[in-house]
Amino acid sequence: MRILVVEDDKDVAGFVLKGLREAGHTVEHADNGRDGLFLSASENFDAIILDRMLPGGIDGLRLLETLRGQDNTTPVLFLSALGQVDDRVKGLKAGGDDYLTKPFAFAELLARVEALTRRGKSDGPATRLLVGDLEMDLLSRSVRRGAQKIDLQPREFRLLEYLMRHAGQVVTRTMLLEGVWDYHFDPQTNVIDVHISRLRQKVDKPFDTSLLHTVRNAGYMLRAEDI
Amino acid sequence: MARTGPASASARRRRALFRSAGVRFALVYAVVFGLSAFVLAVALWYSTLGLLQHQVQNAIHNDAQTLLEHQEIGGLPSLEEAVQDRLTSSSDEDGIYLLMSATGQILTGNLDHWPAGLTRDNVWYELPVTRRGVSSVALLNVQQLPGGMKLLVGRDMQARLELRDVLRAGLIWALSLMIALGVMGALLIRSLFRRTIKDISATTSAIARGDISRRVPVSGVGDEFDELAVTINEMLDRIARLMDGVRQVSNAIAHDLRTPVTRARARLEDAALHASTKDEMQAAIDRATLDLDGIVAVFEALLRISEIEVGSRRAAFACIDLTPVLTDMDELYRAVAEEKQIVLHTEIETPLPVWADRDLIQQAVVNLLDNSLKFSESLTVISFTAKVVDGMVQIVVADRGPGIAEQDRLRATERFFRGEAARSTQGSGLGLALVLAVAQLHNGTLHLQDNHPGLRAVITIPVYKD
Repeated sequence: MRILVVEDDKDVAGFVLKGLREAGHTVEHADNGRDGLFLSASENFDAIILDRMLPGGIDGLRLLETLRGQDNTTPVLFLSALGQVDDRVKGLKAGGDDYLTKPFAFAELLARVEALTRRGKSDGPATRLLVGDLEMDLLSRSVRRGAQKIDLQPREFRLLEYLMRHAGQVVTRTMLLEGVWDYHFDPQTNVIDVHISRLRQKVDKPFDTSLLHTVRNAGYMLRAEDI
Repeated sequence: MARTGPASASARRRRALFRSAGVRFALVYAVVFGLSAFVLAVALWYSTLGLLQHQVQNAIHNDAQTLLEHQEIGGLPSLEEAVQDRLTSSSDEDGIYLLMSATGQILTGNLDHWPAGLTRDNVWYELPVTRRGVSSVALLNVQQLPGGMKLLVGRDMQARLELRDVLRAGLIWALSLMIALGVMGALLIRSLFRRTIKDISATTSAIARGDISRRVPVSGVGDEFDELAVTINEMLDRIARLMDGVRQVSNAIAHDLRTPVTRARARLEDAALHASTKDEMQAAIDRATLDLDGIVAVFEALLRISEIEVGSRRAAFACIDLTPVLTDMDELYRAVAEEKQIVLHTEIETPLPVWADRDLIQQAVVNLLDNSLKFSESLTVISFTAKVVDGMVQIVVADRGPGIAEQDRLRATERFFRGEAARSTQGSGLGLALVLAVAQLHNGTLHLQDNHPGLRAVITIPVYKD
């Protein structure tokens, strides 16, 4: 994937660039709003990681508004030290697709950027999701693995749907809380782990191979064994 | 600066006087009062005199008509007789009559001669006349009779003129008295105004100098100024509370964040000095990262609480039904409870309409459930109920854990306060502070009670009515 990072802090930018390259992405960097706008408007990217406060007269919000004004729909993830709810709302209203507050864990950033690009591509009205031998029918709301039908509670169904839509990607606990429960804060207890382990009991336990994997220090990933 | 003469100083003082709101209000009062008094006097003047004039004119007119009828019926002799009759009967001493022939000879009447300037018929004149040698002023009207004769009928106005003078003098007196009263009233208003404003400005300037404990005195009369004083005092209370909160937070940051920062620093330094293998180094870095994450979480919780206390989140308020919100939460936490072999006993009424910020309510209830789950032993019961009691939605989370000692219960909602039982567990001591802030933002309360044993936390929020 080709990703543009607009971030003025050298250390943060270096850390992000290195991490993204290690994850196999092609990365461009701009350290001010003007260059960022020029690059994002003149070249094609799969995603843009955008700092809110930038030097050079054009801040992150202005940059994004200008970009959206030109009908550019490249997915944008805000990376900002402005962490209040209002700031978040402002960022999303300006056309941002996701908002991550500094300080952040790189795994969280990577997972979210990859989720963004996936969302950009395959948001079509799929009626059937398939991961390995696990199959989900969104119309009849039924799930089967191989020949066996799996009964799920509504919330378990939504959890699995989210994981299947992001199959092959790391999904963090925060992303699950936001995406499945619509909660925008972190509970102290390991609620997500408990729900994942219940889902595992139904989706993985009775079968030979497991699909739902824990990614250390990051979250979870649903993927077929052979990928 | 040195060249400010006395003239410009007095001019400045004059300008300052007119810039004073008290003087302006007083002036406006005086002008309005004076104007209304003046209008009243003028109206009284004209209506009184007008009425008198009108009455006299009526009398003269009627008198003249009667005399003309005499002339029509009985001719000149009858008219002369009627005039003579009126002159002698002295029924009206002010009556003036004069009958003049076509040649200008006076036939009968009580005027010494035809008044000068009386030329047109049937027009009202007010002219000086002489009656039996006494000069006076009279209201006069002339009627043309057949044969060129003229009949003059009038009334002596001298007495009425005197009345007019008396009236004028009276009104002038009254008016000057009113102006004096108006000025006094204006001065009174100005001093009242000044006194009240002085209280407020004394208080606010004391606060500006740093004495936040000062309050505007309330007179107890219950007037608008009292209302203003009460509002200002409420505002000051709120500011004082916020400042207290900020002070508490800075103290707390100074004391409570030092510990985890010290720990993280120690780990890193220790690893830098003593780690001999890559794995040891890695482990130290991982633990330090976790410590830093913990510090960030504390920061975020603190910021969130201040954000809530400042009230800046009211924009996200809407009328929502809490039932599905709480049911979701029950579903989320039931799994965790079962994992820990704790029974979550849930009863949620429907509907529970409130004016609230959904995210904040969720977070507050999540904090209570987190707490209860953290402190509960397995095989105990946590009860999670929500119902409407006396116009308030009451959300109760009650556990059978160690609870909070009675002397600590009030302080449990302070930032960073950690009860005896909580010392050994993980946590920042911010959970209940956030719950309290959320409850207060929603005009509600948080009560911590003894569950015999355990803790019973009760959030109440007013039911939303259209």
